[in-house]
Amino acid sequence: MKYETVIGLEVHAQLKTKSKIFCGCPTDFGGAPNDHVCPVCLGMPGVLPVLNKRVVEFAIKTGIALNCEIAHTTKFDRKNYFYPDLPKDYQISQYDQPICNTGHLTIKGRKIRIHRAHLEEDAGKLVHAGAAGLHGSDYSLVDYNRTGVPLLEIVSEPDIESPEEARQYLTELRNILRYIDVCDGNLEEGSFRCDANVSLRPEGQKELGTKVEIKNMNSFRAVQRALQYEIERQIIALDKGERIAQETRLWNEATGDTHPMRSKEEAHDYRYFPEPDLVPLVIDRNWVSEIEKTLPELPESRRRRYVDEQGLSADDALVLTESFELANFFDSTLKLGAPAKQISNFLLGPITAYLNEEKLELAQTKVTPENMRDLVGAVTSNVLSSTTAKQVLTELLQNGGSVKDIIDKKGLAQISDEAGLKDIVSKVLADNPSQVEEFRSGKTKVRQFFLGETMKATKGKANPQVINKLLDELLA
Amino acid sequence: MKELIGKSISKLQELLASKQVKAKEVCDAHLNHIDRLDKEIFAFNTVTHGLARKQAELVDQQIAAGDKLGKLAGIPIALKDNICLQGYPTTCSSKILANFMPPYDATVTKRLFEQGAVCVGKTNMDEFAMGSSTENSAFKPTLNPWSLMGNGNKKLVPGGSSGGSTASVAAGFSTVALGSDTGGSIRQPASFCGVVGMKPTYGLVSRFGLVAFASSLDQIGPLGRTTEDVAITLSAIAGHDSHDSTSLPEPKVDFLSDLKKPIKGLRLGIISELLGEGIEAEIQEAIKKAIETYRSLGAKCDQVSMPNLKHALPVYYIIATAEASANLARYDGVRYGLRDKESKDVLSMYYKTRQAGFGAEVKRRIMLGTFALSTGYYDAYYKKAQQVRQLIKNEFDQAFQKFDLLICPTSPSVAFEFGAKTSDPLSMYLSDIATIPANLAGIPAVSLPCSFDKQGLPIGLQLMGPALSDAKLLQAAFAFESTTNFDNQPPPALLTKV
Repeated sequence: MKYETVIGLEVHAQLKTKSKIFCGCPTDFGGAPNDHVCPVCLGMPGVLPVLNKRVVEFAIKTGIALNCEIAHTTKFDRKNYFYPDLPKDYQISQYDQPICNTGHLTIKGRKIRIHRAHLEEDAGKLVHAGAAGLHGSDYSLVDYNRTGVPLLEIVSEPDIESPEEARQYLTELRNILRYIDVCDGNLEEGSFRCDANVSLRPEGQKELGTKVEIKNMNSFRAVQRALQYEIERQIIALDKGERIAQETRLWNEATGDTHPMRSKEEAHDYRYFPEPDLVPLVIDRNWVSEIEKTLPELPESRRRRYVDEQGLSADDALVLTESFELANFFDSTLKLGAPAKQISNFLLGPITAYLNEEKLELAQTKVTPENMRDLVGAVTSNVLSSTTAKQVLTELLQNGGSVKDIIDKKGLAQISDEAGLKDIVSKVLADNPSQVEEFRSGKTKVRQFFLGETMKATKGKANPQVINKLLDELLA
Repeated sequence: MKELIGKSISKLQELLASKQVKAKEVCDAHLNHIDRLDKEIFAFNTVTHGLARKQAELVDQQIAAGDKLGKLAGIPIALKDNICLQGYPTTCSSKILANFMPPYDATVTKRLFEQGAVCVGKTNMDEFAMGSSTENSAFKPTLNPWSLMGNGNKKLVPGGSSGGSTASVAAGFSTVALGSDTGGSIRQPASFCGVVGMKPTYGLVSRFGLVAFASSLDQIGPLGRTTEDVAITLSAIAGHDSHDSTSLPEPKVDFLSDLKKPIKGLRLGIISELLGEGIEAEIQEAIKKAIETYRSLGAKCDQVSMPNLKHALPVYYIIATAEASANLARYDGVRYGLRDKESKDVLSMYYKTRQAGFGAEVKRRIMLGTFALSTGYYDAYYKKAQQVRQLIKNEFDQAFQKFDLLICPTSPSVAFEFGAKTSDPLSMYLSDIATIPANLAGIPAVSLPCSFDKQGLPIGLQLMGPALSDAKLLQAAFAFESTTNFDNQPPPALLTKV
């Protein structure tokens, strides 16, 4: 039978505020264990939470970027469960009145709806001594540095149709969060975590099949692989006429499969009830408008502009907008009147290669948008060849400066002067009589050799068009 | 130094300011008094001798230097053992926190100290403030100082849960004390021990550093032998606190300017439902006499019916226990307090720690609250209780359209004997029938002595007012107090021992 895949994703995005959601402790990753804690985030007797306004601002900002309705009144609730990494043995979260409702984001022209986004506090981290995990360890330690770090849980509608689309959704969501500067999207440090819900239904059937939740995926690739595995597992089961159990399964990166979490671990009744230590939050519309004004142009809008107005390919536009920094740099260069296509080629070609090679961010280099305008200008006006342009670019990336100064200092200006080049080409021909002989006997390929030798003699500065013209003359 | 015991704040401060006595002497007199007599009363879990002397010496230095003195400079105070005092045990009279030392001071503690108060100790209570007799203390019950009188040597409870703080004031161990009131835990013991006790408007006094029982009901308040002492103490601790999100933004904290003004024209509503069945006859009589006193002071007194008050008790026992079930979850043996060290896995550590650490009443309430919040029961219990709570608030709002304040007894009975109600939780819960409504509505209420029964035990009168009418409430209490002679009456038997 043919099946349709239905996927929904839950993302926990860590909001990059300086302090935690309910106390003044720093949110920095790392630090000695239990260094970033205070009585409040340790859940000492008698402490009370005080909501960090910045966290609310970041949540609203995200809501706007994801086209959500921002709640007029929102509140916090206690989610009750016992676990050593949860100091109060309840998590302050939002149950039935999330701060953001019903939004969407667009990937490849398709709208993926956002169901809701709500705020909550993160838990701490268990460290199991004497073993890699709980099993076989002698004892466990708890590090509460992460406790109380603000999280925004962003829940999609089940609109995603394939593992590949899930990856695209995550890429775009992370990208948006980075554009609006609310989350650094670092999967390794856990600042962007994803759980997936997946179900299958016979093609054409309206009602959804039984959903399975998958956890423990630490990369976008893992999400894609886990979903792929899970879909195949469910197809096999359904084809055999088996029923899919509604359960939570854990992805195992090493073995490449999912296995059910013990039912004991998920048999929770969270007993949500409104957090009496916090008052309901009324969100001022003027505040929302002010936050809206601080939003930059988002990737989707930029992509449309690059394709429609600048004539870039959809693929180039996608890659350019995947980095907020690159897209901003590109836009600054455009504002200076530089041609889009050439700039894009530089950015996606040699510059990206250099950054990858050196493991650097664009901001860590010295190159400016003005430099790029001048560099492309110098190529267009034949002052630089593609070879010398690369040399100038490397100098710009490493040490900065002006394109003109670098050309002058390094003597890189292209030689287009016919009279001067004629001597050099004549010398090349004179030095290689056997090759001249070959050429004359019809092996015209040798022409490339003369070109290369001339370039060598001029350290790559000779204008190839002029050389060709001279070769035509002198070999005639 | 016995003449320093039982003095009011203003009297002590007069003696200090005129340099007739040193703060250190006031402090030592009270510490000696505690050392001699608290063996019988057991008002204190911890007596903070060192801290008290240090604080008293500081006040003496300020006096010597001619510095401006705080509102409570040199005044011996006691803190209920659920209010954090950095570096000293804060036990909540529970085994689970028996060795817990908070790493921070509660906001009220800080404020008292900023005003020069001298802290003599941490007082006994019902475990986690759950109880009405202080018999639920995991350590030892506190004795009502009034039971030392020669009436057949009955051992009486001081009420609860702030029984230790109240006994401390009644016995003269401290001039004033702080208690906490979730359903009457300041007012009911105040009525049992013949002192003045106040539960302020919810949000007037910061809860930061008060170990939570039921967050939406808990409120810290003062206990003293006179209304004026209570008013002074309240003005030291009240006011906005950025550490408590439920603390009111900018409440008025002047409770003294109008304190002694006449109350002519005050509209006083007599709650019919709290002056009939279920209330001891002698108490009903005492309240009726008090109403006559108010009339003689120019108050206009009239009956008001509040039929929804009958729901207050069940509503309270759902909301308070639900909040408690979450608030007390953190006592799990992981970070602080008692831990079962034999357990091999985390689950059994939780079970055994909590089994050994909590007393029966606390367990009962955690289970009640957990049940009320469970899937399938939430709507029928917690949600319904919140709706009825709103009805009760509305009923108060209506009553306050016609009346400035409401009057009723504080407790349906006078102090009872040890063990009289411990086997029947429901009859114990009924002790709070008249005090719980103010917590549900978040309004201020005060209990003040208004008479003695035939055995000579104190009877308490309760006044309630709309939110933020705290000053008016104290004014009305003061007016009564100054025309009668029930205040500042130390337990007779104790007098001979001072």
